[in-house]
Amino acid sequence: MTQALESLFRKNGGRRRTALVCGGALLILLALALCNLSAIGGALVEMGAYLQYKFIQRALIVGTLVALCAALLGVILVLKRYSMIGDGLSHVGFGALTIAVSLGVVTAESLPGALPEGLRSGIAGLCGAISASPLLFTLIVVVVCATLLLRISRNSNLRGDSAIALISTSALAIGVIVTSTTSGMNIDVYNYMFGSILAMSDADVYTSLALSAVVLALFIAFYPKIFAVTFDESFAKATGMNTALYNLMIAVLTAVTIVVGMRIMGTMLISSLIIFPALTSMRVFSRFRAVVISSAVVSVVCFAAGIMLSCLFSLPAGAGIVAVNLVAFLIFSLIGAMRA
Amino acid sequence: MALITLKDVTIAFEGVVAVENVRLSIEKGDYLVIVGENGSGKSTLIRAILGLVRPQKGRVIYGNGLKQNQIGYLPQQTVAQRDFPASVEEVVLSGCINRMGRRLFFGAQQRRLAEEKMRLLDVERLRRQSYRTLSGGQQQRVLLARALCATDSILLLDEPVTGLDPEATEELYGIIRTLNREHGVAIVMVSHDLHGSMRDAGRVLVMDHGVDFLGSVEAYCERFERQVSR
Repeated sequence: MTQALESLFRKNGGRRRTALVCGGALLILLALALCNLSAIGGALVEMGAYLQYKFIQRALIVGTLVALCAALLGVILVLKRYSMIGDGLSHVGFGALTIAVSLGVVTAESLPGALPEGLRSGIAGLCGAISASPLLFTLIVVVVCATLLLRISRNSNLRGDSAIALISTSALAIGVIVTSTTSGMNIDVYNYMFGSILAMSDADVYTSLALSAVVLALFIAFYPKIFAVTFDESFAKATGMNTALYNLMIAVLTAVTIVVGMRIMGTMLISSLIIFPALTSMRVFSRFRAVVISSAVVSVVCFAAGIMLSCLFSLPAGAGIVAVNLVAFLIFSLIGAMRA
Repeated sequence: MALITLKDVTIAFEGVVAVENVRLSIEKGDYLVIVGENGSGKSTLIRAILGLVRPQKGRVIYGNGLKQNQIGYLPQQTVAQRDFPASVEEVVLSGCINRMGRRLFFGAQQRRLAEEKMRLLDVERLRRQSYRTLSGGQQQRVLLARALCATDSILLLDEPVTGLDPEATEELYGIIRTLNREHGVAIVMVSHDLHGSMRDAGRVLVMDHGVDFLGSVEAYCERFERQVSR
């Protein structure tokens, strides 16, 4: 028996051992789960009751798809050392969203009388349009910022990380100033910051469906090229790839992912959806394809577990999901350490 | 016709001239070493040859059937690369990008090519290993294999021995010599290691924004009163 085990270990070194360790961890978890069967059963029944609600269904669909996209894009961003871009963009999103919402109070009469009549009604009309569709406005602002951030981190005296810190804190400050001079720090603002599963509309479901379809299709279609650009941009460019286009594509997709996901996760926490799965997977896996696949799986599983947790204990959705991601990260780190 | 011809190439960044009036031709089977102080325009020149920066004046002409995207490039390693999760095979295969044409995935032909280059550089047994676990010398061999997937005729190396221990440095120079002499690959190498890089070189280019000196290693030794053991 022991001999057989030993030969198992020796035969195909690392891989088999990893599989064994992962399997062992799962078995222990399963055993623990069996001990708490009744509690889990109760939770599932409760969860089943929740699933009847339309808003939970929407949150689950949007969240799962956004988690998937964020994980795939996250692998690229983390490896390119752009992980803080997600954080910066979500704060910009918060600022833009608060401005868009507060522009609703602007009317032609409230503008200074010195301006000509036509200009006043034009400005009021524009403000009205922006506040009527705040998400579209936010999306545009975030996409513009994403391309700007990429450009800054490429060629500027301002280093990438400090540029991001500058932009993200400024946007957050502007957002806070705008909210406290208009509506004050109410429950809506709290939800923007820490996430709420009540916020999803049917339009969000369609947007996230389209987004994830695009991200998945691009990832599969351009997989070798995405690897080349991520691993070594100058080599990829020298062998004739349009790397600027790929960077732009990644920035735009990241911006869309953040805007769609930030109301579930909260602006303070959405960047974790991008960073955690990739970092978690890199603890254990050492091949690019394995890291990509593992990130997608880890992200979706953690999202589902996290949202369940936050439903059952009425926590803000984002916080529950980040907590589960942290646990996954620790488990993977442990497995990685045991291998080494 | 020469593989690459530079005709009076001038490149400036924000008004500061980095490279001025460089005339240079690289023939089949050449071994050219580019030296010069930091900021003398060596790296800019390399980037111009690769087509990564466009000259303000002059032209870079590719001849002898060489296309802009068929130059094997060994860039300086970035910090991000050193702990990148990728297998050796994945890295080498990514050198075949320019041979994919309109196809989305690597075909059998590209896999065979990658196989062949891995064997040539003796990294075949590492193929399933992670790139980040390799030694500095092994990493450079992997990147050389990748560069050879992209080219048949010319390699551009940007300070290839920086950070390698003496043994790995010797080994890498040996590999480059073999590629040049036995496989007829033209070598263009930027180097700070004057002594080591010139031992096998044919010609030397000393950059000082423009061409300070261009000639054989013997002429270089005479002009700058240096000794190179060959």
